[in-house]
Amino acid sequence: MIISGGNLDKTIKIKILDLDFWYGTFQALKKINASITEKKITALIGPSGCGKSTLLRVFNRMNDFIEGVRTEGSVEIDGKEILGPSVDLVSLRKNVGMVFQRPNPFPLSVYENIVFGLRIHRDHLSKREYDNMVEKSLKSVLLWDELKDRLKKPALSLSLEQKQRLCIARLIAVKSDVLLMDEPCSTLDPQSTAKIEELMIELKKDYTIIIVTHNMQQASRISDDTGFMLLGELVEFGKTKSIFTAPSDKRTEDYITGRYG
Amino acid sequence: MNMNPRTTQKLAFAFFLLATLLIIVPVGLIVVVIIQKGLPAISWEFLTSVPKKGMRAGGIFPAIIGTLYLVSGAILFALPIGLFSAIYLSEYAKDNYMNRIIKLSIVNLAGVPSVVYGLFGLALFVDFFKFGVSILAGSLTLGIMILPIIITASREALEAVPSSFREVSLSLGASKWQTIRHIVLPNSISGIITGTILGIGRAAGETAPILFTVAAFYIPKLPHSIFDQVMALPYHLYVISTQVPNVSEQIRYGTALVLIGMVLLMNLAAIIIRYQFRKKKKW
Repeated sequence: MIISGGNLDKTIKIKILDLDFWYGTFQALKKINASITEKKITALIGPSGCGKSTLLRVFNRMNDFIEGVRTEGSVEIDGKEILGPSVDLVSLRKNVGMVFQRPNPFPLSVYENIVFGLRIHRDHLSKREYDNMVEKSLKSVLLWDELKDRLKKPALSLSLEQKQRLCIARLIAVKSDVLLMDEPCSTLDPQSTAKIEELMIELKKDYTIIIVTHNMQQASRISDDTGFMLLGELVEFGKTKSIFTAPSDKRTEDYITGRYG
Repeated sequence: MNMNPRTTQKLAFAFFLLATLLIIVPVGLIVVVIIQKGLPAISWEFLTSVPKKGMRAGGIFPAIIGTLYLVSGAILFALPIGLFSAIYLSEYAKDNYMNRIIKLSIVNLAGVPSVVYGLFGLALFVDFFKFGVSILAGSLTLGIMILPIIITASREALEAVPSSFREVSLSLGASKWQTIRHIVLPNSISGIITGTILGIGRAAGETAPILFTVAAFYIPKLPHSIFDQVMALPYHLYVISTQVPNVSEQIRYGTALVLIGMVLLMNLAAIIIRYQFRKKKKW
């Protein structure tokens, strides 16, 4: 067990130490150790049920809502422990935003979707500040030009790709700096997927992005680091290029060459 | 017997259709007969004056007002409790022994005969709490009777809100209560209102629960406090149909028409509200 007394290495955003996770008696994550680099895209790949979504949901403690789960080990974000009962989940989740598989804007207007988080967190802003935040957030997901005249329109009337962008904009508004993406393109067509990928590459200038994906081309196209998971273990974790060209573990090689999964 | 499958199919359809049509007949007959016989009695005077000549003439104003009081009282009591417990059951309750018993109780509460509610109200509110035969006792009894309707409808409405809405709200750092308050409730309000109005309709029409707890045989004036007795439409109808001889058919059917009109109006309101909200809802 490594004791980290204040993380001096500024480029490490998330440090995972000996992380175990159980759903009841089923161990879904086994002794995970990894360091996730700031302002990079980290991809988690692996067959269904390997624990990659579970791992993703450890970072914003979304597993807490499931009954009978148990976590052991340590996860630090910016050098601060996020496991344990005393953690302020509101600020953790503000900080660590999540984009879901299905684009899921609220049945509210585009505008209200973006300011929802701000209102929840009681950031008392003037109308003008809200307006500015909406503009800034939409601009950073490249939706502003499309939607600036339709801010009052219901978000549910947008296209799937626009909805997914809007969901990302919603996180930018609450000033998240880690974006967790759980197969964010799996309901999108290839063209929209390409656009969201472009956006992700654009966003990594300011955000640390962790993406769970089933699509290995996607992982190799956009990510800097890749973790391959199998049956709850993080089998291999490293530079995407080396994982995809020269995996050091036989199981990784089998998976990325399509021998199973 | 070997029949051509197409013939059996036609036969089956015919039976199903017949059964369905049979449902319309009683509904239609009730409405037609009551309107036909009761409409001539309806006048401004009938609706706004007190019964006269031993209820053989005059109007039904105290009974209308009494019913409105009872229904308002029942809702005032049942809506908050029903809604809060529905929120608890659908949003907070874990699937354990205790909560299964609670859910089972609610289902059973819906199956209790209304006259039993009447006796229960008499024992608990009238005698034990010493509210006397009063609006308060009657409203509480009616309130308990419609609780299962409100809880069940509200729970269904709450549970119909997609869980992804909750998940995303929580993932944005909202608390559970904020999520319920800002996301779940606004998206389930139509179902909750519908259930409430149906409950109101039920409360307005029941006789047995108010029989021992509030209903007055004949009080030609309006109540002054919640500890007064009142007349109520269903009980008044019962009285003038069975207890008082020689009440004209017109007055009896007129009373029935007012009662059924009130209930239908409430149901119509429920339908309109549901329709309005459905138009807006798009998930």
